[in-house]
Amino acid sequence: MDFKFTEEQEKFRKEVRDFLEAEIKAGTFQPSCDAWIQGYSPEFTKKVSKKGWIGLTWPKEYGGQGRSHIDRLILTEEMLRYGAPAACHWFADRQIGGGILRYGSEEQKRTILPKIMAGEAYVGLGLSEPEAGSDLASLRTKATESGDYYIIDGQKMWTSCGVFMNHIYMVARTDPNLATPKHRGISEFIFETSLPGITITPTIDITGSTAWAEVFFDGVKIPKTAMIGEKNRGFYQVVNQLDYERAGLERLMGNYPLFDAIIKFVKETKWGNNYISKDPLVRQKLAQLRTEFEIGRLLTYRVVMVMEEGKAPNVEAAMAKQYSTGFEQHLASLSMEILGEYGQLMAESKYAPILGMAPHSFLGSKGYSLQAGSTEVLRGVIATRGLGLPA
Amino acid sequence: MNFTLAEEQEMLKKMARDFLADKCPKTLVKEVQADAKGCSPELWQEMAGLGWMGLVLPEKFGGSAMSFLDLAVLLEEMGRAALPGPFISTVVTGALPILEFGTDEQKQKYLPGISEGKTIFTLALTEPGGNPNDDLGSISVKASPDRDGYVINGIKLFVPDAHIADFLLCFARTDEQAAVKNGHNGLTAFILDVKSPGISKAVLKTIGSDKLCEVVFDNLRVPKENILGKLNQGRDLYQKMMPQAAVAKSCIILGSIQQMLEMTVAYAKERVQYDKPIGSFQVIQHYCANMATDVDGLRFAVYQAAWKLSEGLPCLQEAAIAKVWANEAFGRVSTLAHQIHGAIGVTIDHDLQFYTKQGAAAALSFGSSDGWREAVAWEMGL
Repeated sequence: MDFKFTEEQEKFRKEVRDFLEAEIKAGTFQPSCDAWIQGYSPEFTKKVSKKGWIGLTWPKEYGGQGRSHIDRLILTEEMLRYGAPAACHWFADRQIGGGILRYGSEEQKRTILPKIMAGEAYVGLGLSEPEAGSDLASLRTKATESGDYYIIDGQKMWTSCGVFMNHIYMVARTDPNLATPKHRGISEFIFETSLPGITITPTIDITGSTAWAEVFFDGVKIPKTAMIGEKNRGFYQVVNQLDYERAGLERLMGNYPLFDAIIKFVKETKWGNNYISKDPLVRQKLAQLRTEFEIGRLLTYRVVMVMEEGKAPNVEAAMAKQYSTGFEQHLASLSMEILGEYGQLMAESKYAPILGMAPHSFLGSKGYSLQAGSTEVLRGVIATRGLGLPA
Repeated sequence: MNFTLAEEQEMLKKMARDFLADKCPKTLVKEVQADAKGCSPELWQEMAGLGWMGLVLPEKFGGSAMSFLDLAVLLEEMGRAALPGPFISTVVTGALPILEFGTDEQKQKYLPGISEGKTIFTLALTEPGGNPNDDLGSISVKASPDRDGYVINGIKLFVPDAHIADFLLCFARTDEQAAVKNGHNGLTAFILDVKSPGISKAVLKTIGSDKLCEVVFDNLRVPKENILGKLNQGRDLYQKMMPQAAVAKSCIILGSIQQMLEMTVAYAKERVQYDKPIGSFQVIQHYCANMATDVDGLRFAVYQAAWKLSEGLPCLQEAAIAKVWANEAFGRVSTLAHQIHGAIGVTIDHDLQFYTKQGAAAALSFGSSDGWREAVAWEMGL
C-alpha cells in the first residue's frame, strides 16, 4: 500500500494548478460549481488542448499523451477544485475517446480523436429517451439502413453538452426484429449535429440553467461510417462506456467550489462577536463533510487504481459514484443549514453570501444521483455483480 | 499510489485468519466473555509464540520489526474473529509508547516481556466526571512529589484489562500551576506496577466482552524512574499515542463490519421467503450495497491512516477521519445486518451479537466521534 503520489505526479499537479491560477488571474473564468458539465468555454478548452491535456491517457500513435490514469485523475481533480469550465471537452475526453479507441474503426480513430484533442469536437451524449431512462435498452430511436446511409428518427433527452455540442454520440435501434431481449439490436453512432433534421431544444433545470437538451431526429441521414463498432452490439459496448462515465471525481467534486467557499466564509465572517468557525456545531458539520469527502476521494481513487490495472471499473465505479453524489448533496444542504436564513439567498440577491452557491447547489445536486446511473441502479450493480446477490 | 496489500501482508492476513478461525472459535469467545479474566491465557501464549505481541518491536526486544501497517492487517483479523483480550492495551498503549518515549532501561525492562507474552500493559487515562471529549484536560488524579518519587491518589475509569494487567500507563497531574492556563499542561505519564500497594481494581459491567475497570489509587508510591517520557510533558506522549490507538480500534471495527457484511450477504442468499432468497429483493440488495460501501470506504480510510503511521508522517487528520468513519460505519452496518438477519440475529445464540457488542464498545473507545470530528475541524484550520 502506498497513499502518496510520486514526485513527477506532484510536479504535474503543480503545473495544472499554476495553469488554472494564471487563467483565473487572466479572467478566463471564475471558479463555479458544475463547471465541468455546464461551463461552456471554447477558449478555455482550446487552452487545455494546447497543453496536451485532452486525451491525456490515449495512445501516442493516435496523438494522445499515453499518460497514466493517475495523471488524468490529478488533472481532473484540479480542474474540479478550481471549478474550471471544461464542459466542451469533458465528455469526449472521459468516455467517447475511450469508446472509439476500444470499438471504433481506424478511420474514426484517425479523424475524430484528433478533433477532440484539438478542442474542436464537442461531443454530446445521446443516451436517455422519454421511455428509456434507467432502462436504457427500452430506447426507441431508430436507425434504418438505406444504401450507404442510416436514417435516424426519434428523440433523445437529458443530453449532456446538448446545447453547445457540435457532435453527438448516440445509441439507436438498428434491428427491429431483434427486440427480445431488448438490449440486442442496438448500435452506437457518432456524427455532426449540423446535419439536416436535427433539432435541439434546451432543457431548463430546477436551478434555471440549461444543463441538458432534448434532441429530435427527423429523417437524419448519416453515413454508415458513423457507426462505432459492431452493428447490433451497441448495448454491450455502451455498458462498458458507462463505467467510465461514473468513474471520475466529478461525481464527488461537482460542487467543490461551494466547499471551499463555505469554509472560507465561516473563517472570515463574524456573527455577533465571534467568528462562525468557532461555533462547535458548525465545526462538527464541516468536519463531518471533510470526513465524508475523504471517503469519497478514497473510493474514487480506488476506481482509478482499477483502471490503471487495465480493468474496466464496474462495481468500483458504481460504488464511488453513488456514495459521492450523496456527499455532494449533503455538502449543499449542510452549507445552507450553516448559513441559516441567508442560505436561501440566490446569487442575484442583496445579502447573498458566497455568491448564492449553497441554494443553487442544493437544487442542482438533486440531479447528481440521477445522471450516469441512478443511485438505485448503481446499488443494484454493487449487490448483484459485486456481492453476487441473485438478480 | 497503490491500494492493495503487499504479498507478505496478504500472507500475514491469511495466516492470522486461519489461526484465529481455528483457535478462537465463537465457543471460545463465549467462554472467555463469561470468564472473569476476559482472556484465554493459552491463546495469548500461542499468539506470543507467533510473534504477534512483538510484531512492531525491534528484534533486540524479541520483536520482528514490522510496520504499523502490518499491525493493522493483524488487528483487522482480530476484529473479524471478535478476539477478546488485552492486545491493543498491551501493544498499542503499552509497547509503542515505551518504544517511542522510554529510556534504554525501560525498554529493556518491559519490551522483551511484552514480546514473550509475559507482560500485560494497559492505559489508565479517563477519569470519572471528566469530559469524554477531552480526557487529557479532565485529569485530576494527582502525583505529588515524595522523597525519590511520587505519591498518586485518585480514580481512573474505563481502564481496559486492569484486572489482569501487570503494569498501567497512567496519566497524572504533576504541575497544578501549569494546568491553570491549559488543562493539557503539567501532566506526566507513569508506569505503575499493579502489584504495588495502594491500587484496587473493579471490573465494570459493559456492553462488550472487553473488561473495563475502575482503578483506585490510594497513596500509591511510584519511583521517579517510572516516569515515561518527560516530567510534565505527558501531552506529547498522549498526542503520539492517541492516533495510533484510534486507528487500532478502527481496525477492529473494520474487521467487525467486514464480517457482518459477509455473514449478512451469505444469509440473504440462503434465506427464502415468498419463495425467493431474500437477497433477490431490491430493498435487501440496496441495504447490502450500502453496507459494502461503508466497509470499503472504511477500509481505505483505516489503511491510509495506518500507512501514514508506518511512514512516520503527520496523520492526525487521517486518524481522526478513520475513527469517525469507523464509528459511523459501524452504526449503519450493524443496524442493517440485524435488519436483514431478522429475529434470529438478535438471539444470544447467533454470532452477530459478538460483532454488535464488540463494535459498540470499540466505537466509544479512544475518543468519541464528536471528539475526533473536532480534531478534523482543527486540522481544517477552523
